[in-house]
Amino acid sequence: MPAASSTTDRIEKKVTLRAPRPRVWRALADSGEFGTWFQIRFDEPFVEGRRVKGRILVPGYEHVTAEFQIVRIQPEDYFAYRWHPYAVDMKKDYSAEPTTLVEFRLEPAGKETVLTVVESGFDRIPLDRRAEAFRMNDGGWTEQVKNIARYVEAS
Amino acid sequence: MRSLAEAAPVFAALGDETRLAVIARLCTEGPLSIARLSQGAAVSRQAVTKHLETLAQAGLVRDARLGRERIWQLEPRRLEVARRELDRISTQWDAALDRLKAFVEEES
Repeated sequence: MPAASSTTDRIEKKVTLRAPRPRVWRALADSGEFGTWFQIRFDEPFVEGRRVKGRILVPGYEHVTAEFQIVRIQPEDYFAYRWHPYAVDMKKDYSAEPTTLVEFRLEPAGKETVLTVVESGFDRIPLDRRAEAFRMNDGGWTEQVKNIARYVEAS
Repeated sequence: MRSLAEAAPVFAALGDETRLAVIARLCTEGPLSIARLSQGAAVSRQAVTKHLETLAQAGLVRDARLGRERIWQLEPRRLEVARRELDRISTQWDAALDRLKAFVEEES
């Protein structure tokens, strides 16, 4: 792990999965399977060096189309892509903005698999952009709470 | 290493005795006017203003008008926003990995 990275630059997760490595690999490298747990619908396969578009299925983000730039596919070992992490405003063109790198590393542990996920590069994303994404989210919730209030007060 | 390059302007902004002293005072005394900040400083009011503008460019302080005075204060919120946004993405990853776990363990 690079010691130089700041605490705001990266997110790292480690999880032990009770499934053999080939099974876990399929859930990552097969764009359809990836979509079932990531909540995104891809109509094309992941191909190294290719840009693949998918429709986000996360409630509240259904208007968002995400683009994965597939960096590396190293079977049963390593999978990496780049994307725009705060790109939720579809009226904006994010193509010129910096991306974050998402990396999946697989290690066998007996019959199980240890998966490490690292998303890094957040420090390169302008703070204004992050603040904006936060506001948009926050605004969404404020609206929801108002809806609930309206609903309960009407009954 | 890229994050280091990104952090460089912040450290550059802090890499000056007068500016560090300004930050230290804003930390301990809260928001202050230029007049107050210049009191006891070894440099002129204009110089202090210039230093504050350098700090503002690095996102470390911000100013507000209070009548005819310009009040300066630390800007921890910008960092806080970044931190909170990262926490939110971190939580999303937790949820996604829970779904992945359920998905791959289902048939094993």
